[in-house]
Amino acid sequence: MSRLIAMFVAVFAAGLWVVPAFAAPASLGETQQQAVNPNAIIMFLIFVGATLGITYWASKRTKTASDFYAAGRGISGTQNGLAIAGDYMSAATLLGLTSLVYTRGYDGFIYCIAFYSCWPFIMFVMAERLRNLGKFTFADIVSYRLDQKRVRTMAAIGSLTVVVFYLTAQMVGAGQLIKLLFGLPYWSAVALVGVLMVIYVTFGGMIATTWVQIIKACLLLGGGTLVMLLAFSQFGFSFEALATQAVAASSSGMKLMGPGTLLSDPVTAVSLGLGLMFGTAGLPHILMRFFTVPNARAARKSVFVATFCVGFFFCVVCIMGLAAIVIVGQNPAFFEGGNIAGKMIGGGNMPAMHLAKAVGGNLLLGFLAAVAFATILAVVAGLALAGAGAIAHDLYASVIKGGKVTEAAEVRVSRLSSLALGLVAVLFGILFEKLNIAFLVGLTFGIAASCNFPILILSMYWKGLTTRGAVWGGIVGLVSATAIVIFSKAVWVTVLGNAAPLFPYEQPAIFSMPAAFFVAWIVSVLDKSPRAAREIAAYDDQMVRAQTGLGAAGAASH
Amino acid sequence: MSSEIYKRIQNNPRYQEEMAKRSRFSWTLAAIVLVVFYGFILVVAFAPHLLATPLSEGSTTSVGIPIGVGIIVFFWLLTGYFIHRANKEFDATNIEILREADL
Repeated sequence: MSRLIAMFVAVFAAGLWVVPAFAAPASLGETQQQAVNPNAIIMFLIFVGATLGITYWASKRTKTASDFYAAGRGISGTQNGLAIAGDYMSAATLLGLTSLVYTRGYDGFIYCIAFYSCWPFIMFVMAERLRNLGKFTFADIVSYRLDQKRVRTMAAIGSLTVVVFYLTAQMVGAGQLIKLLFGLPYWSAVALVGVLMVIYVTFGGMIATTWVQIIKACLLLGGGTLVMLLAFSQFGFSFEALATQAVAASSSGMKLMGPGTLLSDPVTAVSLGLGLMFGTAGLPHILMRFFTVPNARAARKSVFVATFCVGFFFCVVCIMGLAAIVIVGQNPAFFEGGNIAGKMIGGGNMPAMHLAKAVGGNLLLGFLAAVAFATILAVVAGLALAGAGAIAHDLYASVIKGGKVTEAAEVRVSRLSSLALGLVAVLFGILFEKLNIAFLVGLTFGIAASCNFPILILSMYWKGLTTRGAVWGGIVGLVSATAIVIFSKAVWVTVLGNAAPLFPYEQPAIFSMPAAFFVAWIVSVLDKSPRAAREIAAYDDQMVRAQTGLGAAGAASH
Repeated sequence: MSSEIYKRIQNNPRYQEEMAKRSRFSWTLAAIVLVVFYGFILVVAFAPHLLATPLSEGSTTSVGIPIGVGIIVFFWLLTGYFIHRANKEFDATNIEILREADL
């Protein structure tokens, strides 16, 4: 079986798609199955029951394509801000970043700041224009004045690549997490996530997805804050006391309080920053959220609320990580064989969960486990919807049918697409169980930053962009980001078992992003075709709509 | 939307002036974010010991902690400033420009 998987991986990596890398903290690593926690199961069942109820309610209100993809543009700014936060913060944020602070101290904080800093940039440069120009997918914006078929195909490929890789990473993480927290076998955990995801998206569309994300965001913020407050109270809410005890308890000592080895190489540090910042601005499921609000003003408010939630939660995560060093790291009950120098029970991503148990007993542990599960569901639902939009709205309705298709038919294809994506996600989730998928999250952000982001931002801000430039820029970004990750240590050595990497850096963005921008620019400048001239001339009208919202897709009337 | 209305708006000098002002405002704030963030990343890469310096004599908390929290809070306040000005000033002018185009 393992040979079969290895063969599949080799074929997969070498040919069809592509395979890049970020950093370890976002993956959940290998875990062992744990005993069943009844509290976790009860709370999880309540969450599933509530979200299925919402999905039923949403299905009654999902009639048009605008309802299905954009919730009829009836989501308020605050609601959308919470949903964006819920879409963006994955289980890896809660477990992976806490664990990163637990093991590496300040380096974990740097990751948090990098994950956060994209939001103000999105606010100032992108939010309003996304809303004013967009309809259902970000390809709508890129192809606004460019060739519908070619540019849309490029943008849809960029979207789908990101969606499939990110879904796979989430599925593998979900399977391991649920095996660990709920005592379910890996394959059934993956199948359960897949089935729920397909139900939310197929029946409830964007309305159900939005509410799943809002509920998840509230649970995550509430649960994390509660654990943080209970833990922080043991230090009298004094950061200095917490830091002093953490430094005393940690084998790293004072090194906890400053940047360590994780980002000591300048190329890696800047590349990681570029990938996290501009990758977020190119994630199709995040971009899609901007089309669910009634106008540009609500889009701005969304980002304001989301920025607050994300920034606040990252501070919570950092305090949890430091507190876990003292409270979990010195308690033999949380280590195999009671040896605090040895392996943590359940694996390296458990500090947040063990901390919940230490400060709030089994009840709080069960609650946080249910929150982690809810978190995964909200993220995969958003991804599946974005992928279904790329297949049905971009590829089927616009490219294959040339826009001559009824709304009902398009929505039907969307539903089938989300079902197909669910099957692919479950299949990949099961196939890649034993694989070190740490590189997948990095690959996802690398492609989003190098393929989706350059063509999106150029289409909105640079008059001179032509179809040829956008297509070639996108291809170069996609291929170079992928190639860099395949040839880096994360895939070439760790996954494929070669002795030495062909490329010294694991973070592709610093190379692949400028390459995409440069190719898009040079090809556009050299493009003297009559169509290029028409596309450039159409920019002024696009600008009026981007700036004033005149002609922007409005809210549904019902 | 007819191209004629778009043309009329483009020919309105107030539109031109307003767009230039807005774009300057957005990119100034974006530039602040980029400079602060990548400045921080470069300090991490080239002078990590600066961030590891204790906050005061004998304290464990390093200067990196308030700097990090400061970046998070500062960026959030910037987004607040952005929507404050956009809601108060830009939205109002926007409505006037659309009205002048006879809508």
